[in-house]
Amino acid sequence: MIELLTELLSYTFVVRALIVGVLVSLCAALLGVSLVLKRYSMIGDGLSHVGFGALALAMALNLSPLEVAIPVVAVAAFVLLRISENSRIKGDAAIALISSSSLAIGVIIISYTSGMNTDTCNYMFGSILAMSKSDVILSVAVSIVVIVLYVLFYNKIFAVTFDENFTRATGTNASRYNTLIALLTAMTIVVGMRMMGALLISSLIIFPALTSMRLFKTFKQVVISSAILSVICFVAGIVLSFIFSFPTGASVVVINLLMFGIFSAIGLLKKKY
Amino acid sequence: MKLISCEGVTIGYDGQRAVNKVSFDLEQGDYLCIVGENGSGKSTLVKGLLGLIKPQEGSITFNGIAPNEIGYLPQQTVIQRDFPASVGEVVISGCLNRRGLLPFYSRAEKDRAADKMKQLNITDIQKKSYRDLSGGQQQRVLLARALCATEKLLLLDEPVSGLDPVMTADLYQLVARLNQTQGITVLMVSHDLESAIKYGNKILHMKTETAFFGSTADYLKTEMCQRMMGAKI
Repeated sequence: MIELLTELLSYTFVVRALIVGVLVSLCAALLGVSLVLKRYSMIGDGLSHVGFGALALAMALNLSPLEVAIPVVAVAAFVLLRISENSRIKGDAAIALISSSSLAIGVIIISYTSGMNTDTCNYMFGSILAMSKSDVILSVAVSIVVIVLYVLFYNKIFAVTFDENFTRATGTNASRYNTLIALLTAMTIVVGMRMMGALLISSLIIFPALTSMRLFKTFKQVVISSAILSVICFVAGIVLSFIFSFPTGASVVVINLLMFGIFSAIGLLKKKY
Repeated sequence: MKLISCEGVTIGYDGQRAVNKVSFDLEQGDYLCIVGENGSGKSTLVKGLLGLIKPQEGSITFNGIAPNEIGYLPQQTVIQRDFPASVGEVVISGCLNRRGLLPFYSRAEKDRAADKMKQLNITDIQKKSYRDLSGGQQQRVLLARALCATEKLLLLDEPVSGLDPVMTADLYQLVARLNQTQGITVLMVSHDLESAIKYGNKILHMKTETAFFGSTADYLKTEMCQRMMGAKI
């Protein structure tokens, strides 16, 4: 085991992936609790597809992928949130519309410029080799911003998640914090997408929160447990992918699924006895 | 002293008027019940009072109370029924309006939350999860949160819907006690006309417009009230 780990850590790309991955998992898990509870899970999925389109565009224009994707996805987050808040348009349908459209546009741009190749596959399903040194620096910076803002606004995020109307009525600007949650989510998704893949990144947001809710019953416990679980699942996923040469993103998701199964089973047993 | 005066308030959605030229005054210490059928504009009026929707016409004036000092007890949402949060976490979130932009709760706010929980007899369940509580206990928790947010005015929106008769009576007595012993002004939206008459000192009967506003004693004399009560019995 120790041999395996030292071998793993001797590769620079693995170290980079671990640093970025652990930070992104942490951010995604924190935000995930609010997103799942607010019934915004689909926003994460929609944003990652928009991110895919933005990456394709950045590649076609020969620009740095993250610098294009972050603002585009942030704008999309803002729009999706407005749509969900407006109950007259069916939010889930609108999200499906936007996400499949951006996926389609992304695929067309890619096939027009570089053709469908391994790059496309990497964007869809993630690649551990995707991170360059400058990507790592930007990702670490973004993750730290997300975590610091989350901690500072923790109580407000709780209040807005639990009861938006009450929070608004007692004079807190709830829309501001909804927007904050959406923007932080957008940043996390863009940073994590290259490694996890556009199609799989939303699992990083949804799984830890759902898994923790099987067992834990207070908001703080759920948040802390999600953060820990998310990091453990990510590292386990990387190790799994290294040993069996599985794709990284998929391995992380499978480990998350396994954890969800275990937690659900324990939850059920606890209820019965 | 008038805490809130509404004058000719009109609120509408999509060109339809849900609340039409409603006027009433809320005096300090009042227990005002807003009654009326479904779709008579009660909930819309409440949203207007809380500043969640802007009135199209008319004015709502606050006197001696800031709009964010209303202790609001909203109707429960689907999200809340299965929400992983401890009772303590929910109650203290009522103190958020005292924090401004400061990130964490201070000792004073923690004490305030503890005090409100003690008052409502929920101290021993403060570590429990909100979703595991009975409907009546959940309402007590939300009431404690509302008390954290206010010193003066409680606004309750259909607080007894979904509660069994024992819990309903319990909640009504609790609110009446807060009104009488602590002088907290109460504004309650209710379906339950009998309890509105029993506990409230003033009634606002809405039919999109003001059908009646005045003291409960006067309301009992109206034909409208007698017909509604007759229909119930």
